[in-house]
Amino acid sequence: MSTVGKRKSHESAEGHVTGKAVYTDEQRPPVGMLSVYPVLAAHARAKITSIDTSAADEVEGLVTVLTAADVPGENDTGAIAHDEILLPTDEVMYWGQAVAWTVGETEDAARLAAQKITVEYEPLPPVLTIQDAIASDSFHTSPQVIRRGDPNAALQTADLCLTGEVGVNGQDHFYLETQTSWVIPDGAGHYQVYSSTQHPTETQIIIARVLGIPTNQVVVTCLRMGGGFGGKESQANPFASVAAIAAYKTGRPVRVKLNRQHDMILTGKRHGFLGHYTVGFSYDGRITALDVDLYADGGWSLDLSPPVLLRAMLHVDNAYYIPNLEVRGRIAKTNTVSNTAFRGFGGPQGMVVIEDIVDRVARSLNLPPDVVRERNFYHGTGETNTTHYGQEIFDNRIARVWSDVQANAEVAERKVAIAQFNQTHTYTKRGLAITPVKFGISFNKTQYNQAGALILIYTDGSIQLNHGGTEMGQGLHTKMLQVAAQTLGVNLNRFRVMPTSTDKVPNTSATAASSGSDLNGQAVKDACETIKSRLAPVAAKMLALDTPEEMVFAEDWIYCRTYPSARVRFEDVVQQAYGDRVSLSATGYYRTPSIYWNAETGRGRPFYYYAYGAAVSEVEVDGFTGTFKLLQVDIVHDVGESLNPLVDQGQIEGGFVQGMGWLTMEELVWDAQGRLRTDAPSTYKIPTISEVPEHFKVQLLERAAQDGVIYGSKAVGEPPLMLAISVREAIRAAIAAFGQPDHVPLTSPATPEATLKAIDYVRTHSTVAAKSSIDPDPALKS
Amino acid sequence: MQDPEERTKRQTSRRNFLGQALTAAGTAIAAPTLIHQATSAQNMNTTQTPAPGEMAVTLTVNGKPRSLTLEPRVTLLDALREQLGLVGSKKGCDHGQCGACTVLIDGERVYSCLALAVMQEGKAITTVEGLANGDVLHPVQDAFIDNDGFQCGYCTPGQVCASVALLDEIKRGCASAITPDLTRAPQLADLSEAEIKERLSGNLCRCSAYNGIVAAVQQAAGQQPPAPAAAMLLTEPAEVLV
Ligand code: FES
Ligand code: FES
Repeated sequence: MSTVGKRKSHESAEGHVTGKAVYTDEQRPPVGMLSVYPVLAAHARAKITSIDTSAADEVEGLVTVLTAADVPGENDTGAIAHDEILLPTDEVMYWGQAVAWTVGETEDAARLAAQKITVEYEPLPPVLTIQDAIASDSFHTSPQVIRRGDPNAALQTADLCLTGEVGVNGQDHFYLETQTSWVIPDGAGHYQVYSSTQHPTETQIIIARVLGIPTNQVVVTCLRMGGGFGGKESQANPFASVAAIAAYKTGRPVRVKLNRQHDMILTGKRHGFLGHYTVGFSYDGRITALDVDLYADGGWSLDLSPPVLLRAMLHVDNAYYIPNLEVRGRIAKTNTVSNTAFRGFGGPQGMVVIEDIVDRVARSLNLPPDVVRERNFYHGTGETNTTHYGQEIFDNRIARVWSDVQANAEVAERKVAIAQFNQTHTYTKRGLAITPVKFGISFNKTQYNQAGALILIYTDGSIQLNHGGTEMGQGLHTKMLQVAAQTLGVNLNRFRVMPTSTDKVPNTSATAASSGSDLNGQAVKDACETIKSRLAPVAAKMLALDTPEEMVFAEDWIYCRTYPSARVRFEDVVQQAYGDRVSLSATGYYRTPSIYWNAETGRGRPFYYYAYGAAVSEVEVDGFTGTFKLLQVDIVHDVGESLNPLVDQGQIEGGFVQGMGWLTMEELVWDAQGRLRTDAPSTYKIPTISEVPEHFKVQLLERAAQDGVIYGSKAVGEPPLMLAISVREAIRAAIAAFGQPDHVPLTSPATPEATLKAIDYVRTHSTVAAKSSIDPDPALKS
Repeated sequence: MQDPEERTKRQTSRRNFLGQALTAAGTAIAAPTLIHQATSAQNMNTTQTPAPGEMAVTLTVNGKPRSLTLEPRVTLLDALREQLGLVGSKKGCDHGQCGACTVLIDGERVYSCLALAVMQEGKAITTVEGLANGDVLHPVQDAFIDNDGFQCGYCTPGQVCASVALLDEIKRGCASAITPDLTRAPQLADLSEAEIKERLSGNLCRCSAYNGIVAAVQQAAGQQPPAPAAAMLLTEPAEVLV
């Protein structure tokens, strides 16, 4: 019997289709639960001169108002630095920041009361963009550097050089379930918190910090989330904390559930980035040197920006061997929301920058971009297969996914067809692009690479499975069930997966960095192995065998490998074990081996392994409107030996479409006063079902078992998002077909507006004559 | 398509080991302080005199009359979730822009966040909770499970209700903006992928389980959904030794 590797549908599948799956706000509400509502700052940056709450008191149903004075502990929810004030005292740092919260018997009462609160401000000039921040030297951090070789010298001797700038847009998570927490005080100083959080332990620590009580007084439970994508890692904490303060002050249960508009205004997003680069390369398109500055828009507080920036710096190579590379990274401090984790965690931004550069190199040489990509791949062993931070890529699968996807997608034939199409169509052009992904797996911060689990077996043979990861739709609970059932050799139906709770498995890491299955899976397996080692002697005794060696646990039976005909039922062994006073519960623990990182030197082995993928996308661009249609997508992705191909396929498709949304349609617009103008699905466009191409083929890389990872599988949550860079590059290829340019500047996201601008550029900058020679423009030589 | 073995299991017996449904994590809430809990729905079920500004209405939800008092401005979604305890319908935006709150009113799909509760008297309201017949799932619900039409599940109640209505619209001969031939009624058998997408474009799924959703509708329409591309790669592992 095998459980692992099956196309098992989500453990909660039936709950989802019947509406019975329980999320935080789907529980039965306790009597007397209060609601909260924020008072939003009217300026991006301003001194608070007064807060007058007196008129709010007249609102029937108002219970109390929370301002900074009500915070019993530390008025700060910062995850890394303590720089994130929860209830501002003298200054607001971004437009819409919550200055105060009303607490009402009903949400209506809280909302009415919030409208009656008057706050006086003295506006200050805000810093709204990365460019503003650079100009006014507004940064959270000093520059960080990672260097290999001697880029300066290599640029001097390169055949050709190009200098440029790449802007990468941010992205709203738009998890369909907005930020939600319930805090229930027990009257004795303890708080049970139900929170839609990817990081229950951090939520627990921060609530304890804000309330000024020891961590053990707070239990945080995450039932499941209606999407997370990184947006409920640190971002859950301030709202859970507000509810906790209200519960502390009133002694009553309190609910916070942000409405969509508030969620979009108040929560941090994917970091926008700005890259400045100089690239040196040979006449045949080999990149010999890269010097790049990456600026991340951190927003008003630090949040998780340092590790996000670091991951961007560690992925600015993507799949390419660049012998001389210097990347400098810095976090801009701006008066906008505090940007945070989002699927890929900086990796996608780093990759967009290098893919933009590679395309530019290719077009400047009049070479096909995929040829230039291929020429620059990591390859061989040693130096040419080692990253700019000194990690050798031992199991390099780039060439495999690359050739598999080209074969699957029949790229050669289609290129001919596309060329023909473009020749016969003046106002519509097609483009095709292939892009690779190499994504490092592990938390950058070594200490997060640990996990725990707790297995409880009851005397009737039923089992509770606890682990430290949270379920947000990625299928983690399903995979953990499979791992536990496989390891114990029992039927899945014996299990109940318990809500993730800090009183079952303490000191957990965020369910993030795609690491949920890797880390928790090993911990679950460890707990199951412990129990098996206790049950094996009991079973051996029941079978009158001398030694407990060679006991097989399979299909709810336990038997000796050499005498399979004599066997005992799992639940009979459990009963006997209880009678023999053998413990039926066990914890499990795992820490990822052999990873390390030296922040000073920018060297180490930060990743346990890499996940690989490649995608071929073809688009058709309308020259009148700038709109595109995604015609065909083929993906080959490496998930190792899949724990669950059904779940993994969903992750690959979902990640790809989310990445496509980010790069082609999701545009965050802040106006000159720093107000977010895209605060609803009506103005912020995420992909709908109609944007998914009819031909959308995902293949899992074959013969791909990964050594040292749970049942040979690989992490899958984040890497597929970056496969969508192929859509952006395909749009660029189609734009290029409107002329004969040696450069296609395309801003991000590639909205119709951006595409039209690029088409205009291409039409006016076509260099048909220049193509006969590859002599560089002297102005470009640095 | 999920493992066929698993599907058979679901169809033959939805009850299993220990007579419990194989359920989601978190179906139980264990906070000791919740002992005195009662949903407001329970309080509301006895007919009350409406408070000033409120009205007494009786809504027929999933075949049962439910009496409640509410202000005329209360949306059907809030009435369902906050008063009747029917939390299957989700609030993704509250502005008619995401589809998570989709329910059926007299068989037609409606964004319940845009419908006023007091206007639904005398109409048959069906929420996702009312689609199954006891333990037997609606064919659309089965199809969503078979084709993995969800990830986090938050949009799923809306997607399922919209899909049920979609199939019914085809049966009634309703055209969409992209129906190719308006002279003949569309048929379930030749409902194209593009038509399905057009007709479901009012329901967002941020997890982008869209391929599974299309396949689910195809299956429920009696078509053969495309075989999934992802092959089952794992060979049966050897028995696990201690
Ligand atoms: S909640 Fe009704 S459409 Fe979004
Ligand atoms: S399944 Fe998560 S939003 Fe659709």
